[in-house]
Amino acid sequence: MKLQARDVVIHHRRQRYGDMLLAVDGVTFDIADGEFVAIVGPSGCGKTTFLNAVDGLLPLTSGSLTLDGRQIDRPGHDRAMVFQQPSLLPWRTVTGNVMYGVELLRIPNEEARGRAKRFVDLVGLEGFAESYPLELSGGMQQRVNLARALAVDPEVLLLDEPFAALDAQTRETMQQELLRIWNQTRKTAVFITHDIVEAVYLADRVIVFTARPGRVKEIVRVDIPRPRDLRVKREPGFVEIERRIWESIREESARDGLAATA
Amino acid sequence: MAERVEEPIKYDSLPNFPAEGFPGTDMGATRVPRDSPIRTTPLPPQTWFQRREALLIGSSGVAVFFIAWQAVASARIWSPLFLPGPVDVWQAFLELVNDGELATDIAVSGQEFVIGYALAALVGIPCGLLFGWYPRLRYVFDPFITFFYATPRIVLIPLFIIWLGIGVESKIAVIYLGAVFAILINTMAGVRSLDASLLRVARSFGAGDLHIFRTIALPGSVPFILTGLRLGTGHALIGVVVAEYVAAQHGLGRMMMIAGSTFQSSKVFVGLFLIASAGLLLTYGLQRIERHFDAWRPQR
Ligand SMILES: Nc1ncnc2c1ncn2[C@@H]1O[C@H](COP(=O)(O)OP(=O)(O)OP(=O)(O)O)[C@@H](O)[C@H]1O
Ligand SMILES: [Mg+2]
Repeated sequence: MKLQARDVVIHHRRQRYGDMLLAVDGVTFDIADGEFVAIVGPSGCGKTTFLNAVDGLLPLTSGSLTLDGRQIDRPGHDRAMVFQQPSLLPWRTVTGNVMYGVELLRIPNEEARGRAKRFVDLVGLEGFAESYPLELSGGMQQRVNLARALAVDPEVLLLDEPFAALDAQTRETMQQELLRIWNQTRKTAVFITHDIVEAVYLADRVIVFTARPGRVKEIVRVDIPRPRDLRVKREPGFVEIERRIWESIREESARDGLAATA
Repeated sequence: MAERVEEPIKYDSLPNFPAEGFPGTDMGATRVPRDSPIRTTPLPPQTWFQRREALLIGSSGVAVFFIAWQAVASARIWSPLFLPGPVDVWQAFLELVNDGELATDIAVSGQEFVIGYALAALVGIPCGLLFGWYPRLRYVFDPFITFFYATPRIVLIPLFIIWLGIGVESKIAVIYLGAVFAILINTMAGVRSLDASLLRVARSFGAGDLHIFRTIALPGSVPFILTGLRLGTGHALIGVVVAEYVAAQHGLGRMMMIAGSTFQSSKVFVGLFLIASAGLLLTYGLQRIERHFDAWRPQR
């Protein structure tokens, strides 16, 4: 197993209320090497919290998270996060931003540059390598965000709703793009999303979280052969899996009193 | 258009998967429509006037002002002792240059300014960065910074004269104190208003404190530092003049003070223009630097 979560419990310290909020309550699952896993669940159920813990940005209250058998207790080059917001350094060019993570790998500058350039090309931004983030569209910024994470060649790629802010067309293009890149690298990937269709289209398995505090409600295997064309989204098998996950989340949202907004 | 050839990515230093892909698996399957190749057209050439629009309009305004001023002065409603015209001021300037006095005054004032201001920048920027970054340091120094910033530091001149005499040293102290807090407080604000999401990115990629400081905190606070430096020049120039008003052996402020008390108003204007030019020059220089660091902001 690549990534193992055992009874992961995470609290958020809330200074203003003077209490600890239970965000994730006993999450347990395994992710195999090279597997693509999507996590879905009602809003506020602790998905981002969990992913931040996997990245090593947040301490666990109890339980354990291991990568290749080693405890995760801090950020490391074996994991890279694609953030929900592009979060690019506005004063660095596209190449400069993709370099950001690579620079920290202590590899020769020339090589780092070359690698950054390759990933800029890979996400389809050749011709914009010297542009600044504010001169790019939202979708292009998100590609830089993705390239920055891929360029450090992590063992596990963590993605927190990376396409949530994009319009429907761009989002589908980015999904295809992500699968194309993933096909070439076969990184272990943990992908958070609100979009069930997106989760089913991308993942080998979809993990459904309960409403807060987040627990694993259900794990759904997606037995749809790859490569997956966008058209699989219309096939009966796909729709059936999608419906099952949708029911599952709806149940949770209702329990959380969020049915109206879900 | 050349068809895009899809090759597997080659990681050169961390080969944990076969570079030639995964034979037998569904390698490299999806074909994605790429962004259309970028097409650009050159900008239309600007006319001579368009290129110099700001400069032309600005200098016409200034010219009109000087002509009006000269006209009012030439009408001799008031005596030239009371309101000299631009021509009188120019003549006074030439006179002062010929005396040889002016060069000394400029040199002395300039020396005071450069040393005081440079000290202020050398202390204000690093301290601002440190106090912004380490809250505990800020807690220690905050009362002092607030006290001095709230006090008009000009009132300390008598003390400085007692401690440092009426030479350049007391002026440097006043100029330094005038500028340092504007620089320090703005730098500090720059560090404190850094984008939290960028700090999270840095930490996520495993950056240490020093690296975060160099790659995020420093470039992120450059606009604030430059604002501080610009405000600082204003405070510093006030310091030069006022400190010399009080007591000095040389300097533009002293020259203006003496000229004023002997009704040589043209000479007061000469001093005024010289100090204003220094201010303009400094502001211009800082703007150039600002534009250099702001290359990433889309132009309007
Ligand atoms: N920094 C924080 N301090 C205090 N509470 C927090 C913090 N971050 C998140 N929380 C709380 O933890 C819970 C889980 O938040 P989290 O961001 O993990 O949800 P999520 O599943 O990612 O939601 P969404 O799908 O809307 O992004 C929420 O109830 C939220 O209020
Ligand atoms: Mg979230």
